[in-house]
This record gives sequence, structure tokens and C-alpha cells, in this order.
Amino acid sequence: MTPMVDLAFLLVTFFMLTTKFAPEEAVVVETPSSTSEIRLPDAHVVTVAIDKDKRIFFGIGDDEIKDEVLKQVGAKYGISFTPKQVQAFRGAGASFGTPIEKLPALLNLDPEKRKEVTQDGIPADSTNNQLMEWVVTARSLSQKQFNAAPYIAIKGDGQADVPTVKKVIKLMQEKNINRFNLITDLETKPVAGK
Amino acid sequence: MAEIQQNSGGGGKGGKKRAKKMSTKIDMTPMVDLAFLLLTFFMLTTTFSKPTVMQVTMPVKPKDKTEQSEIKASNAFTILLGENNKVYYYDGLLSADTKPELKLSSYDANGIRKELLSRRSNKDLVVLIKPDDKSNYKNMVDILDEMNITDQRKYALVDISKADVDLIKSSEL
Repeated sequence: MTPMVDLAFLLVTFFMLTTKFAPEEAVVVETPSSTSEIRLPDAHVVTVAIDKDKRIFFGIGDDEIKDEVLKQVGAKYGISFTPKQVQAFRGAGASFGTPIEKLPALLNLDPEKRKEVTQDGIPADSTNNQLMEWVVTARSLSQKQFNAAPYIAIKGDGQADVPTVKKVIKLMQEKNINRFNLITDLETKPVAGK
Repeated sequence: MAEIQQNSGGGGKGGKKRAKKMSTKIDMTPMVDLAFLLLTFFMLTTTFSKPTVMQVTMPVKPKDKTEQSEIKASNAFTILLGENNKVYYYDGLLSADTKPELKLSSYDANGIRKELLSRRSNKDLVVLIKPDDKSNYKNMVDILDEMNITDQRKYALVDISKADVDLIKSSEL
């Protein structure tokens, strides 16, 4: 039995060390599949998620700039955050989808309660364009901190409607962001020409 | 395994009677159970595959109208993404006096892919993808994926025009 147990423990250690738990998402997004084989990079990713109810969520991959982004965007809308709220924001999963006015209240809730709140999406229209504020701030901070522009990843639900996706793309283009990554699941590539 | 050598210490006498020799073997079963439980847990929760991404590069906004290039009708191929997972296509451009023939196709391997492959001989082909407002994001990803599969050199996501919508309506496909 000894060799088997040895092996079992070896595997346990291996899996324990390699496992990276997926951060909790504020929204369930079923991504469509594609044959693209490019992997999503680990760092410097800014995610814009669009769910099937046309709600828009925003997420920053890098913890280092999260606080600063929150403070800067808050300052633009005249909202200041307490250190405790900033702390909560840092730990608040991968993405969020609340208008900034409601963000302090959301961050005051304890993590268990926060999950139950239905977030109504980040406003992204011409009069109240908070989404771009987040994206642009995250981009400039990432540029400053890491000397690299972040990857803008769009994570759309398969059932999301085209007008919302197109709106997001248009808004990005207005800010001169022309390169996107659409997050998809992997699908085996069929052989073309057969 | 976890056995301690009892007869160390010179090995001279060995005749002395000890009380009762206790076995030093530990029952490992619970530990092994736990090890396998953990093993299964981590194996099942591990996600090796990160999500993949599809890169889309949109054209930079032209500064003025003169920078925009016109596409010749003979090189244009338009794909319209309609509601209920329908996909239409036509050759050439739609204008007031020419109405190209709209055809219905599908997203599977024998649908739009065949049409794209059959037009591969035209090196200057420009595929215009026009998603209707009622189509969904999956359709858009699917068709962009077809572009990758069929190695299209030039394709663009374009807003659907009123004329295109009318064309779909009038064709009743």
C-alpha cells in the first residue's frame, strides 16, 4: 500500500499547489465557444461582462491598482470611500455591476449578503457614462503601474443582445480602444476546406 | 513503514522477557481515506483550461470621410445575422437601384462556411458582417469564428442599415 499512498499524497500536493480557485463572479455569464486558441493572459486584464439582461459589469484583474481606481473614479463623482470600503472592494470578487452612487452601500454589506443583492449594471449611456470612466481610469493606472496597457476583455453571454455589445464596442472606440478580446470557451477547430 | 527496529542496542542478550510486544504499526486507513478525499476534491475543482479569447481589432476611427475606402461591389460579400439564429447572405452591395438576391444559410459546417470557402479564390473579397439588433452575441461570435476558420483576410463588423432590414423582411426567408 505504501507506494500507492505515496503517489496519492504526491497528487494531492500537486493539485493543491496548482489549483487556483476561480474568483467569484457577480454575474453568471455563459460564454459562447469559438475555435480560437489564444489564452486569456493572467495579469493586466480588464473585463467588461455583459449578461443576458443587458446589464454591464466591470472587473479589474490586478489587485494593485484596484484601490486606486476606486478612489479616482469615486473622486470624479464626488464619492469618497472609507478604508473599510476600499478593503471590501479589493476582496469583492472579480466584478461588480452597480452604479457608483450605490457602491458604498453595497460595500458596507457583509460578503454573504452582498452575493444576494441583484446588481443593476453599470450605466453606460451618453449622459451617464460610468463604464468608460472605469475603463479609462483602469487603463491609465495600469499604464502607469505596469507600463502596459491592459487587455480589454469582453465577456458576453451567448444570449446577450447585439445592440448592447455594439454599444460597448462603440464607446470603447470613442476612447480610442480598438483592440478587444472576446472571451469564449474552447471548441475544437474543424478542418477548413472539407 | 513506520516500524521501529526493536532489537538495537548491541544485540547481546535478547533473552530478557518484555511485558508484551506492542505492534508499532499504525493503522493508516483513515489517513489514506482523507488523502484520497482531498485528491478527488482537488482533481475535480481544478480548472486547467483558462478561457480562450478571440481577438477583434476594430478600425481606428477615420479622421475624415476621404480616408474611408469604397468597396467594389464585385468584391463585397455581406452576411446578415438575423433573429432566431438565422443567417442570410448576398453578393455585391445593396443600393437603391440594385437589389442583390438574398439567400438563407446556417451556422453549421455546410452553411455559411461553404459559401465563404467557395469565394476564397477572390483575393480581394471583403466580408461585411451586419448583425441585426435581434440577433444575439453568440451569433456574432460564431460568425467571427467562421472568419477565422475560413481564413478571411478582410472582414468588418458593420452596422445594419435600414435597407438590409427591409431586404430580410421582403425576402420572407
